[in-house]
Amino acid sequence: MTRRITFMKAINEGLEQAMEKDDRVILLGEDIAGGAEVKHLEDKNEDAWGGVFGVTKGLMPKFGRVRVIDTPISEMGYMGAAVGAAATGLRPVPELMFNDFIGFCLDTILAQGSKMRYMFGGKAKIPMTVRTCHGAGASAAAQHSGSYYGMLGSIPGVKVVVPSNPYDAKGLLLSAIEDDNIVIFSEDKTLYGLKGEVPEDYFKVEIGKAKVKREGKDLTIVTIGKMLYVALEVADKLEKQGIETEVIDLITVAPWDQETVLTSVKKTGRLIVIDEASPHNNTATDISSVVVDKAFDYLDGPVKCICAPNTPVPFAANLEKLYLPNAEKVLNSAAEIIDDLKK
Amino acid sequence: MAKENVSTEKAQWILKTMYDIRNFEDEVHRIFTTGEIPGFVHLYAGEEAIATGVCAHLTDDDYITSTHRGHGHCIAKGCDLNGMMAEIYGKETGLCKGKGGSMHIADIDKGMLGANGMVGGGFPIAVGAGLRNKYLKTKDVAICFFGDGAANEGTFHEGINMAAIWNLPVVFVNENNSFAEATPQWYSSGSKTIGERAAAYGIPGETVDGKDLIAVYEAAGRAIERARSGKGPTLLECVTYRNYGHFEGDEQKYKNDAGKEKKIADVDCITAFKDYVLKQKVLTEKEVNEIAKASTEDIQAAITFAQESSVPRPEALFEDVYA
Repeated sequence: MTRRITFMKAINEGLEQAMEKDDRVILLGEDIAGGAEVKHLEDKNEDAWGGVFGVTKGLMPKFGRVRVIDTPISEMGYMGAAVGAAATGLRPVPELMFNDFIGFCLDTILAQGSKMRYMFGGKAKIPMTVRTCHGAGASAAAQHSGSYYGMLGSIPGVKVVVPSNPYDAKGLLLSAIEDDNIVIFSEDKTLYGLKGEVPEDYFKVEIGKAKVKREGKDLTIVTIGKMLYVALEVADKLEKQGIETEVIDLITVAPWDQETVLTSVKKTGRLIVIDEASPHNNTATDISSVVVDKAFDYLDGPVKCICAPNTPVPFAANLEKLYLPNAEKVLNSAAEIIDDLKK
Repeated sequence: MAKENVSTEKAQWILKTMYDIRNFEDEVHRIFTTGEIPGFVHLYAGEEAIATGVCAHLTDDDYITSTHRGHGHCIAKGCDLNGMMAEIYGKETGLCKGKGGSMHIADIDKGMLGANGMVGGGFPIAVGAGLRNKYLKTKDVAICFFGDGAANEGTFHEGINMAAIWNLPVVFVNENNSFAEATPQWYSSGSKTIGERAAAYGIPGETVDGKDLIAVYEAAGRAIERARSGKGPTLLECVTYRNYGHFEGDEQKYKNDAGKEKKIADVDCITAFKDYVLKQKVLTEKEVNEIAKASTEDIQAAITFAQESSVPRPEALFEDVYA
């Protein structure tokens, strides 16, 4: 049965079902339960927080502290422990509270977990799903608002997924946990309250497969995460001008679905990529480079990458609003190719 | 040297393992100068008593994490000598198909979770293996070998603290060979010894003579038994010295050929153990000579195996990035 639940609830439910299905799945993170060894909470089998946003709420009471493990504030310690546990047969799901904390623990992913299989001649498997959150729009300022999925996706051996809605969030999470590689599951913190239709049952959404959210013949827009909603707004506006936009939700940043993107660009001849990450060396620039390389003859205009400016995320709400890509920016920045279509 | 005897069988294994490590490293040292071995190598010669004394208590089900100076740990944990030498040569028959090299030799089936090019990289991985052991209710332990340099990485603190609060079956074995690359341990550590830092985490800590096989063997035995019986982690510092430089080609200008340092340097752990087993009549002179000869033959066979093996197929470049 399908019902409407929030993005956060979809993730919580995915974790619960993964843990029910496989007792090798354990969760680790800072305050993913909260209140460890606090007697009045333990007496009632209650978690204090269930994660800083409440995504893991209720899982400790259900599965116990043996499987829902509150860690010290030791990102490299517990992220590396997750690598070690994965290499030796468990399926850990560590939570990195904000993706901005990656600096503390990047070695465990960059130099250890992602390379073990290759360095060890194919003998190791690192079935580990790193849940983290990214994204501006919550007035969380520069150290809690970045979007580093693209940076992490540039590491060979790592997969990175960025769901845009509750359905994909649950289905992708279950695929990630069943995957035998490190999968970074990057949640946009501003989507936690978003509601959508999600099946109650265990189901999977394929990693590495983009979704065409809207079909069109004139222009392709590829998006990552919540940028989907910017693209859909742009598509609505363009429709009124008689322009048919194809919108692709990339879903997987690494390895991203070249086939779906190239097929669409070969049809429309025009491409805009919207990526909330900083503008250089990101997923949008990579998509642009591959499309120019492999579909150059099909292009009727330049590929436009609409990203954040090359600044940290500002605090003041008006500046943060300016920082994020929006429909107006897309229409202005891509005017050159859109105007062509109006002729 | 010793308070306690070791069985004849154990003594044979220990002596063979120590000879294997020494011969392996001396040969790699010799061959490296010919240019036949590519890349960087960091040799373990001189420190044999530590890997051997600790791994003498382990089975294939126990895990170890290692360091950039990892050949000794691999040999002591039972990695195949031919496969190891071929790996260092970058051959397809190597333990990692020639794709890891000296700094990444691993054999997970043997519980060897990898030499590690990142100083301090092993702490959290060993904690994860310990967490797994405890979660699955096994009696297996995880050993984290690390140098004096790694003791000053943040992973030392995070890893030992986590093992302590979760009471994990992990033994942190420090190989204090006096130098982190070219920088002395006494310069880079606020505490006089590394063993005494255990007190900060509320776990037992001990500093032993790392050139004394029996001292290491006994201390490791206590720590491993403690871990297996659910009593949690131990920090064991073994004071030693490396016979060669940080890496091959290091002029070792920082070493001092006088005083206290020379006193540690001059002790040879293999000679000391050999003298001990002869004196205690655990092994005969003839048995010792046979072990030495077998080791020399095994290492020569490993070199021949490596030399005669093929380099990896070009397609191997693209294999095993993802599972």
